[in-house]
Amino acid sequence: MHIVYPAVVAALLFSIGVYGVLARRNTILVLMSVELMLNAVNLNLVAFDVWLRDRLHGGQVLTLFVIVIAAAELGVGLAIVLALYRNRRTVDLDQLRELSEDQPMPAGRTLPPPQAGADQPGGGSGGERPVDDPATSGNGAAAGRQEKRASRGGVQ
Amino acid sequence: MTAVPSYLSPTGQEIVFLLLGAVAVGSALLVVTTRQLVHAALWLVVSFGALAGCYVVLTAEFVAWVQVLIYVGAVVVLLLFGIMLTRAPIGRSADLDSGNRLVAAVVALATAGVLVAVVIDAFRTAYTPLEPGGGAAKELGASVFRTWVLPFEALSVLLLAALIGAIVLSRTDIKSGDEPPAPESRGE
Repeated sequence: MHIVYPAVVAALLFSIGVYGVLARRNTILVLMSVELMLNAVNLNLVAFDVWLRDRLHGGQVLTLFVIVIAAAELGVGLAIVLALYRNRRTVDLDQLRELSEDQPMPAGRTLPPPQAGADQPGGGSGGERPVDDPATSGNGAAAGRQEKRASRGGVQ
Repeated sequence: MTAVPSYLSPTGQEIVFLLLGAVAVGSALLVVTTRQLVHAALWLVVSFGALAGCYVVLTAEFVAWVQVLIYVGAVVVLLLFGIMLTRAPIGRSADLDSGNRLVAAVVALATAGVLVAVVIDAFRTAYTPLEPGGGAAKELGASVFRTWVLPFEALSVLLLAALIGAIVLSRTDIKSGDEPPAPESRGE
């Protein structure tokens, strides 16, 4: 077996995982992509263990450990996602900006007025409204920020 | 340094491995591009199953069975539960991708290009004949419980900690006494 084959397959899987982490919006899909990246690492570990004929089987044992850690990570990650869903009614990553800095808005965009409708309390759940173009998603982020300020009692 | 067999006459094992690898990579691509959330989880099953086949070809049979048990059996079921509990839309949904898809594709292609080029350049001459038995449960079990027993025990403590953490995060009836209740952003 040429070692290049598993190494190339692992490299491709890893970059597919990178694409998924960067491009997906749903948190569960991002977790799936992280699992893909971990699997790429596992394939590398097994291939090099077989190539180097490790007497202690360090590669395969480390693969087992990585699988266990991945399971633990996914358990805690899904618990966090579910807590998030309980509190915010959405799992979309680009609407969860509470921990980001208050960046200056890009030129040409303004904060929508507070009575903008869709994300007022009681005005329906904002998480299920389709966000399909960048302009709308920018508005959604801005609205989320403003809502956060409102919920803090208008400190800022 | 022994002579490296030619790439132009692949053995049967290599052909099987490449087919399984193609299945794994193809279904992984479908995982990150499909428009249906549940289908992504199901394609993940195909990808992990093909990877388990790759492990079998690489003579790591115990790792392959652990992969089937934990990834296909537990992780995907956990993900499906997560999809169900967040009331994700069943069927086609338009907003699974965020706005930076193009940037993500560029970054991923650059990563793939660099990794594949470096790997091919580095391991062009690496070759090993496959001998069965190296990854059997007996060998691996002896290795785990003889050499690697301390990390193994530490890992079991970590699993316990993760379990308790997940339970504490999921329970809603634990209130911290000193801080006010979190503001309900959607106010129902």
